[in-house]
Parts: sequence; C-alpha cells; structure tokens
Amino acid sequence: MIIDLIIVIAAALLMGVYVSWRAGRIDRLHVRVDMARAALDVTLLRRSSVALELATSGLLDPATSLLLAAAVHGTRPPGGYGGAGSPSQGGSGGMGPPGKKSGGGLGGVVPPETTQRPRDLAESDLTRALRAAFSQPDFRASLSGKEGADELLAEVEAAAHQVFLARKFYNDVVAATREARRRPLARVLRLPGRATAPEFFEMDDSLVAEASGAPLGL
Amino acid sequence: MKIGITCPYSWDVPGGVQQHIRDLAEALIDEGHEVSVISPADDDTPLPPYVTGAGRAVPVPYNGSVARLSFGFLSVSRVRRWIKEGGFDVLHVHEPEIPSLSLLACWVASGPIVATFHTAIPRSRVLLVTYPVVRTGLEKINGRIAVSEAARTTLVEHIGGDAVVIPNGVATRRYRKAEPLPGWPGPGGAIGFLGRLDEPRKGLHVLLKAFEVLGPQRPGLRLLIAGPASDAEEVLHRVPAELRDRVVLLGQVSEDDKVRVLHSVDVFCSPNTGGESFGIVTAEAMAAGVPIVASDIEAFQQVLRGGEAGELFVTGDPDDLARAAGRLLDGPARRAALSAAALAAVADYDWSVVARAVTSVYETVVLGSTQVAVTASGGEFP
Repeated sequence: MIIDLIIVIAAALLMGVYVSWRAGRIDRLHVRVDMARAALDVTLLRRSSVALELATSGLLDPATSLLLAAAVHGTRPPGGYGGAGSPSQGGSGGMGPPGKKSGGGLGGVVPPETTQRPRDLAESDLTRALRAAFSQPDFRASLSGKEGADELLAEVEAAAHQVFLARKFYNDVVAATREARRRPLARVLRLPGRATAPEFFEMDDSLVAEASGAPLGL
Repeated sequence: MKIGITCPYSWDVPGGVQQHIRDLAEALIDEGHEVSVISPADDDTPLPPYVTGAGRAVPVPYNGSVARLSFGFLSVSRVRRWIKEGGFDVLHVHEPEIPSLSLLACWVASGPIVATFHTAIPRSRVLLVTYPVVRTGLEKINGRIAVSEAARTTLVEHIGGDAVVIPNGVATRRYRKAEPLPGWPGPGGAIGFLGRLDEPRKGLHVLLKAFEVLGPQRPGLRLLIAGPASDAEEVLHRVPAELRDRVVLLGQVSEDDKVRVLHSVDVFCSPNTGGESFGIVTAEAMAAGVPIVASDIEAFQQVLRGGEAGELFVTGDPDDLARAAGRLLDGPARRAALSAAALAAVADYDWSVVARAVTSVYETVVLGSTQVAVTASGGEFP
C-alpha cells in the first residue's frame, strides 16, 4: 500500500522533472534562436556595408557601382535604421515567411515606391548583384593592382561567406526548435507558452554562380 | 548630323524605351541624319544596320525586378570604342540614371550630350541619383528631354535643372496598311478594343455594358478584343450568355497583329475612364484610319480635336457609348469622314514631327561645342 503510494509519488516527481526539463529545453532553444537571429542580422548588415564600400570606392565602373548601391539601398528599411533602431527592426516583418509583404494591409494604399521589399528578397537581390559583378570575365584581373582593391574584394567575399554560415546556423536552431515544439508532450502541455514558432530565413546567399552557367541561375 | 544614341536595355527584349529609340532613330535617318545606336543585344540577334551590339545583357535585380543591362569594364571599353570611331556631333543617351550603357557613355564622353528621361523616377530611387558616380554622369548632360510631364516633374524636383517635354511619337506609317484578320469585320459589323482587359481605367466594362444594348439590336455585330488579362474566362462571363459567342478575345497580340486588329473592325472604341495622358492606342487607331468612338477624357478630347476626328461619348456612360457607336455603324459617310479627319490629325504626332523637335535640341547643344570625344580620363578610374 505504502509502496504503491511511494511509486506513484516517485513517478509523478519523475514526470514533473521530465516536463520541466523539456520546457526548459524549449525555452533555451528560443533563446538560441534569438541569438542566432541577432548574429545573422549583424552579418547581413556587415555584408551590405562592405558592398556599399565597394560600390562607392571608385574601383568599379559607374554602372556596376550603381547596381550594387541600388541593391544595398534595397536592403535598408525606408528612412534608414534611425538612431535607436536595431538591425532586426526590419526583421520583425522581414524575417517572416518568404513572400510575406512587410507593411501588411497598407500594401494597396501606399504607392508602390514606398513599400519595402521583403527582406529575404532584398538580401537575395544583393547577392545576385554581387554575383553579377564578380562573375564578369576577368573581373579580378581588371582590378588587381588598384590600390585597396584586393583587400576590399576579399572583405566582400568574407562578409558574404559569413552570411552563408550565420544563416545556416540560424536555420539549424530554428529546425531544432520547431521539432521540439512539435513533440506531443510540448503540444499537449503548451510548453512553448506564448513564444511564437520561429521562421526559417531563406535567401540566395551563394556568391558562386550556379553550375548551369547562367550568372544568376535564372 | 552624326548622332550617336545609347540604349540601356537589351535590344532583343520588347520594351517602351527600345521601341522609342528604334522609331526615333529611323525617323532621324529619314530626315537625312547619320545615326548609330549602341545597345545591349545577344550575339545572334539580327540587328538593324544602324545598331551596334554591346554584347549580351546580364539579367540583374534592379529596383525589385530583373532587368537586362550592360555594365562592367568590358561594356565601358565597347562604349569607348564606339564613341571614338563614331565621330558624333551629338551623343543622345536614354535613361542615364539606369546602371547601363547610357550611364557609361556619359562617364566616358565629353562634348554635347542630350539625355532623354522616360520614366518618373520612383522616390526609392531618388537617393541613388545622388551617388557621386551618377552625379558626375548627369552633370555632363547639356540638354534634357522628358517624354512626359511626370518625368519632367521628377527631374525638376529631385535632380534639379529642367527638361523640355517631347512626347513619344506615333509611327503612323506602320499602321497605315494591314490585312484584316480572316472573316473580319463581317457583314454585321465589328467594334474593336485594345488594352489590358482587367485594368478598370481602360474601361472595357463600359464597352461590354454598351454591347448588352447594341448586341440585341444588331444581330450580326461582334466585338474584337485584344489585350492581356489574368483571367479571360472571367471577362467573358461578364457578357450575357446569349451574346457570348459574338465577343472574340484574342489575348495578347504581337505588334503586327495589333495593326491587323485595327484594320479588322468598323469602329474602334477607347472607353478609358481616366489615367491616360496621351492615349497612344487611340492615336495608333487613328493612324490606321479606323473611325473612333472614345470617352471624353481630356487626353482624347485633345488627340481627337474635340470630336472632329472621332466620336466622343460621356466617360463611363455605356448608354451614351451605345448611341455614339450606333450612329457610326449606321453611317458609312460619317465613318469615312472621321477616318480621313483622324488620319490628318494624327500626322501631328508622327515620329517625323518628334524627330524635328529632337533635332532642334541637338542643334542647340552643339552650338559652340566640339564633336563628341572620349575624355582623357574616361574609362579610367578617377
């Protein structure tokens, strides 16, 4: 009789420990998602800064410069980031699923030129603009020997590679979090609480042209 | 005069700017000028004799869509060579704020430069024209042309300086003669429409409503409708079932078929409810000599000379349209008179007139100036 009771209490305790461990894990995963997103924001911002530096360096012809500048411009929220705005300001809407328009219901009212292109598309555009510039035949050869050219190109490539890595890590932790949230126990007991499910961030982030030979893989 | 024209967009992709340059170049050649156009183009594209290919245009994202442009140092050297060998009296660049050949030409050239601005620059792009590379290019321009008042306003407000407005012309010759589509207009008569079917301002709904009145009165009358639509079925379902087989939708048609459509109808209808600054389609129909019934918006009043060159009806009123179209269908003499008046009126908008206006801009900028040359630093980096 007492033994039975002890077993029941022990089982309940074990269960409680297990559930709180699961809840803690989901909580930790969400924190990791936030950290990975911040890291991704930083790498995207850094990439667009170096790309702008290349555009305004005077190393490139004006058309390529303008293309890059326009692509960088597209990744910035209208009116710039402002003093207090964090890089993820655009992320609140822009990190959403691909194709989702930031600006939401205003889309029909606001004239097209003031609506912001979703962040994933704008960042992909920047990738493609960089790729179009870098994949010109003899691009490197035409710049080598110019002052600061090699360093700047290397910096752009490094920044682009960091975006690739940061996005990979971000999507990894998003996948793990979504998986943990999908577990039956998590669903039944609503372990994630009010935290919304994190979204994957999909974009074109490869500076190397696709094997198809088309400069954009279009 | 020796004129060098730069086209920023790929010659093999249909587009308004390319079409404008083609029509302008041909009109200038007709006027006796020597014209050379440089344009991005695929190597295997057949080009008119006056066009020099600048190599394949590269599709790049620009301004939220993909544009086919020429950029990079290879394009720079091609433009340089073209200017060097051309010995032009004047260089005419189109859309120099687009990252392509025109901007590069401004950069490497010195001497008299005329620029034509085609589009109103959206606010998001205004920032871009302040980049030093673009500024330097734009500052070299001696004369600016805007194709519309909207394009001019953008220039004045955002880039500074002014521009003369010279609207697009109509290549009237191309519209004059064409074989009607087989079986058209038919004994019962036909009314034509050209334009986007699902753009309310093009006013197709007004014409369809009017057809509900006209159709039952005139058993043989048909509608010939050409233009793109996202859902053609839906358009057809707006017509009462018993009239449906008399409404023919062609979808989007080629330039050549467009002319044939105009020659396949007894009356052409422009039911636009607004949003037209000139009414290019109406002018093209005039050039084909089709009698026109058009809404009385300002643009059409102007091009149709207040009703002398075409029948006007109260904008958005299907009953008035039905009455006006009926008058034309019943009056062959009236149709012939309107057709002749339209042909005479549209001559004012012919490209030859535009070419002469553009030439006078050229003549102004070459005054006291030398030939177009390549700058000492052009193609090198500042």
